Amino acid sequence: MSLEIPPDLEALIDESITHYPVSKRSAVLPVLHHLQTHFRYLSSEIIEWAAAKLELEPIHILEVVTFYPGFRQEAPGKFHIRVCRTLSCAMAGSHELLASLCEKTGIDRKNVSHHHPIAVSPDGKFSIEFVECLASCGSAPVCMVEDDLYERVKDADEVLKSYF
Amino acid sequence: MSEITYKSGYEPHAREHRVIFRNVDRVGWDTSIDTALADGAYEQLRKALTMEPAAVTDEVKKAGLRGRGGAGFPAGVKWGFIPKGNTKPVYLICNADESEPGTFKDRYILHQDPHQLLEGMIISCFATGVHLAYIYIREEFPMAAKIVEKAIAEAHEKGFLGKNILDSGFDLEIYVHRGAGAYICGEETGLIESLEGKRAYPRIKPPYFPAAMGLYLCPTIVNNVETLCHVKHILEIGGEEWAKTGTKNNTGTRILCVSGDVQKPGYFEIEVGKLTLGEVINDMCGGMKPGRTLKAVIPGGSSSKVLRADETFTIGRGDDAKQISIWDIPMDFDSLAACGSMAGSGGVIVIDDSRSISWILNNINNFYAHESCGQCTPCREGSLWMKKITDRLVTGQASPSDIPRLDKVARSIEGRTICAFGEACSWPTEAFIEKFRDELVGDTRPELEGAVVNPETRIANAGLK
Ligand SMILES: Cc1cc2nc3c(=O)[nH]c(=O)nc-3n(C[C@H](O)[C@H](O)[C@H](O)COP(=O)(O)O)c2cc1C
Ligand code: SF4
Ligand code: FES
Repeated sequence: MSLEIPPDLEALIDESITHYPVSKRSAVLPVLHHLQTHFRYLSSEIIEWAAAKLELEPIHILEVVTFYPGFRQEAPGKFHIRVCRTLSCAMAGSHELLASLCEKTGIDRKNVSHHHPIAVSPDGKFSIEFVECLASCGSAPVCMVEDDLYERVKDADEVLKSYF
Repeated sequence: MSEITYKSGYEPHAREHRVIFRNVDRVGWDTSIDTALADGAYEQLRKALTMEPAAVTDEVKKAGLRGRGGAGFPAGVKWGFIPKGNTKPVYLICNADESEPGTFKDRYILHQDPHQLLEGMIISCFATGVHLAYIYIREEFPMAAKIVEKAIAEAHEKGFLGKNILDSGFDLEIYVHRGAGAYICGEETGLIESLEGKRAYPRIKPPYFPAAMGLYLCPTIVNNVETLCHVKHILEIGGEEWAKTGTKNNTGTRILCVSGDVQKPGYFEIEVGKLTLGEVINDMCGGMKPGRTLKAVIPGGSSSKVLRADETFTIGRGDDAKQISIWDIPMDFDSLAACGSMAGSGGVIVIDDSRSISWILNNINNFYAHESCGQCTPCREGSLWMKKITDRLVTGQASPSDIPRLDKVARSIEGRTICAFGEACSWPTEAFIEKFRDELVGDTRPELEGAVVNPETRIANAGLK
């Protein structure tokens, strides 16, 4: 597959680079965010494209992609779910919530861990990631589906109902 | 000013003192600049632009504003660290990474009152001679990033940003920079590396104190969202007047974020030091859950040392020294430090008697093991060891000697690392062991002593030695 960057995506990327008049390299994170939002994950071709765009070596991009948990090298599901595993949420039942979300989406709970952060449901519709504190501990347990935050989640259906 | 009403169910507690959170959950409020302007936004900017920049810094110094991001360092003093006679550009970064577990205050400012932050930032940039500033927003706040970007565009349109702001001759651009899910980006030098497009590997201090050598190796001021918002209010009433709220050396208001085992968790803006931990838990948060008693409190984000419910603390010095219980600890920087912990980021995590300490500590250690950036061996390996030992503790595979081992690992990290993450990850373990040793030992199994966990014994048993 050869990589095609739609013109409007490239325009967004070019605009974000202008935010860093001192050093183009500073635009690595925003450029990757734009690319990941569009392509859902960062393949090696995308990484090479980003490197060329920013006049860097691909390793400079790859080391960033592998460092930050927010960047993915594997395709997530259509709806990516992030469940908070940290203390206040765990105390409010987020580990049980994760298990229940896995069960209802057909994801094997054992496949979700810190070392293998993203597990995708067999139908490709959902993926689940166990993440650290989402800074909403007062309304624990919380999770995000794509960009939407769900607070005080009592059961998995509350979260999933609008996506099934 | 018109009466403020709050959304039903979100009314501030009677003992709150809302300054920064004045507009949070407010009826009829939105994030548009028109709403903000009708409420008097950017008036303090107008005032600041008529002053000498140094005079603005003086007001912040007089206010005694201490950083709300974690360390509690006086903001005005930090601004004064920009080297005299500096000829390089100076940058300012607003730390909106909000990643310390237990902390959830900047979230509401960013989502509900972006113009308050922008006004505070523009004034701060004017005071420190900054013409390019960034707001580093964690990736998990995608809506906040959109809201703040829109606010920046609106402020531009009205002439509060860009070239020659309000005809003062002062130029400033502010951009949003989004993180990508790593806790260490909250550490200011890690944040700077991240903003340079690299892995967020913190830099060693000295020499890399941001105020002297920060972004692009130029002087850089890094302040928390809440800290920068306060600057606007300091200008409004003057530093001395502002310092009358709160208590001596612990001035102003701050937002406490309470989570865990209380009836009504949430955010509460209080005058620093004017309320005790007991008042926060019992009055503001509705007390403990039915039938439950307090076991412990982590008072300033997960990195702060835990306080045990039945401890006696000594606060004050000399003739003022007195012994108090956990309930009577005033919620301010100095009192919490005197109690052996810290006010940190304002994240108060309440733990009741239904909780297992091993489980709590294991959860915390999992966090730090995941979030160590990996540059320093003691932190990278130590945080993983602490996770593994507590993993054993919660699965019934630990032996009694694992507890001193855990303690030793923690103490081998502190003070031997590039950044304060070393302390952040070792303090919880050190404090939990110090205060709950019996319970932790109770979760170990003496019959496992030397069986699986001690590599030397294992080697000996296998006849390898
Ligand atoms: C491991 C670590 C994580 C931190 N995370 C944050 C954070 O999420 N937000 C924040 O404002 N400060 C954080 N800090 C503190 C910053 O390094 C810095 O001191 C602060 O942003 C300065 O702002 P202030 O003086 O206004 O508090 C962290 C520090 C450490 C060591
Ligand atoms: S102390 Fe830990 S987080 Fe900080 S630089 Fe060293 S390895 Fe990284
Ligand atoms: S612990 Fe889950 S949001 Fe903070």
